[in-house]
Amino acid sequence: MPEISRDEVAHLADLARIDLSDAELDHLAPQLSVILESVASITGVAGDDVPPTSHALPLTNVFRDDVVRPGLTAEEALSGAPAVEQQRFRVPRILGEEQ
Amino acid sequence: MSSDTRTAAEIADALAAGDTTSVEVTRAHLDRIAAVDGDVHAFLHVDAEGALRDAAAADERRGSGRPASALDGVPIAVKDVLATRGLPTTCGSRILEGWVPPYDATVVARLRAAGLPILGKTNMDEFAMGSSTEHSAYGATHNPWDLTRIPGGSGGGSAAAVAAYEAPLAIGTDTGGSIRQPGAVTGTVGVKPTYGGVSRYGLVALANSLDQAGPVTRTVLDAALLHEIIGGHDPLDSTSIDAPVGDLVAAARRGADGDLSGVRIGVVTELGGEGYQAGVLARFRESVELMTKAGAEVVEVSCPHFVHALATYYLILPAEASSNLARFDAMRYGLRVTPDGSPSAEEVMRVTREAGFGDEVKRRIILGTYALSSGYYDAYYGQAQKVRTLISRDFDAAFGRADVLVSPTAPTTAFKLGEKVDDPLAMYLNDLATIPANLSGVPGISVPSGLADEDGLPAGVQILAPATADDRVYRVGAALESLLAQQWGGRLLDRAPALEGAR
Repeated sequence: MPEISRDEVAHLADLARIDLSDAELDHLAPQLSVILESVASITGVAGDDVPPTSHALPLTNVFRDDVVRPGLTAEEALSGAPAVEQQRFRVPRILGEEQ
Repeated sequence: MSSDTRTAAEIADALAAGDTTSVEVTRAHLDRIAAVDGDVHAFLHVDAEGALRDAAAADERRGSGRPASALDGVPIAVKDVLATRGLPTTCGSRILEGWVPPYDATVVARLRAAGLPILGKTNMDEFAMGSSTEHSAYGATHNPWDLTRIPGGSGGGSAAAVAAYEAPLAIGTDTGGSIRQPGAVTGTVGVKPTYGGVSRYGLVALANSLDQAGPVTRTVLDAALLHEIIGGHDPLDSTSIDAPVGDLVAAARRGADGDLSGVRIGVVTELGGEGYQAGVLARFRESVELMTKAGAEVVEVSCPHFVHALATYYLILPAEASSNLARFDAMRYGLRVTPDGSPSAEEVMRVTREAGFGDEVKRRIILGTYALSSGYYDAYYGQAQKVRTLISRDFDAAFGRADVLVSPTAPTTAFKLGEKVDDPLAMYLNDLATIPANLSGVPGISVPSGLADEDGLPAGVQILAPATADDRVYRVGAALESLLAQQWGGRLLDRAPALEGAR
């Protein structure tokens, strides 16, 4: 089990879209190493012949008839939005400054 | 001020007989909350007005002889992870501070349809990640048995509310033990139904393949009454089991006679011994002896892969959680923190998630991101899914030899607030005995087993049954509860110290 470095934690936080302060990185990296070291114990427990389980009980896909049912109104759907404009979610720019 | 220590079943009987009204009962519980919740902090939000309005409606239905359910008018508290239309739902997180859902979770809709006034929303570890309720962004809940100790988690608020007589009933959710472990450390009853037995629609997801809502109560019969109301098929949850919930109340009533003749009880070798507190094990052994005397046949069963359950869980859960919590992107609901200048949506998302999530949530999101990243996926997440299969096979083999399996619910009694809050692995060990049931979807109950000799604090016995055989946990749970009550001359909670505010 490789140690997880401070740089790796910073990279993972980047992938997970969470800014972490230097203090948080210092704090989290060693904790994550300890946790990973502990969970690594399952490596090799199950052989290739064991099928994976994604859900505890067997599932089949569920369909319903394609009929219109009442849903949230636009006002309800927008009721928790941080910013709203013209009955839409108002979001910050999604492209880089130069694009 | 005296507290209403009646069970939900007793309150329902009194309502049916016209000896009391729902308004009276609801007001008494609101008064109790006002008196003791400053110390206990079980609630994040109390809805006195809404609860009294619903209580008045329940009284009208009872008055005209048309109660909506057996529990019509009996008030309830709901864990803050279930969406409640018109009531704040925060999941114990800053990122959802002040969010008022525009819809009800199915569990909540069923409570309303059955006429149970909702007293408020209960405290929890942020997004249900924790075993002590200390990871709530709004401050920890305190154990009514000893206010310096944890009430368990993540549903410490629901368990403490019921233990402190602030509510006769509550709803919890259990992903790795969050209903059962708080039950054990507060001397109350908690049930995790079979996965798919209770709808997850409107339950803010932690780990979809593990999450399950269920009853938090003071007695096994109350849990069965509540389970029958919230359980059953829901077309809005594609993992909901399309079959009747079963006659759970009858199973609890049958069990209450204390006769366990013909019941085969399996003691799981791997769920006991090292890491378990002596007083917890002593109460567990006494419970097994009592069940033996009541006619049960006790066998020891080995589930060799259970030793890998904790590691399996801490790969699968963070993987699912990191994916689920991606929805908190500062765009559609919840917190938005906008840095100076002309930030992009991605920058807003990063800054918002840094400010809105607590330490444990960040730990698990990063752990899950790691487990799912290419190069590690097969070694960790893929392997965990395979070990999950092996754990289910262990259950299958064990249930071939026993009708139910038993173990201590939690390895220790309630520890001191602050003791493990920054030691993630020590915190994770609290769910050692409860996690296998979530990985395999089987139902489980925690029933109080007595007080540990070392510290005089409550311990619990866990009873597990095969998937969809929830009736068995009620039958055996009610039998054990009744055998212990005979021995004690009352309920365990009768021995809890009175809270300051109540004097």
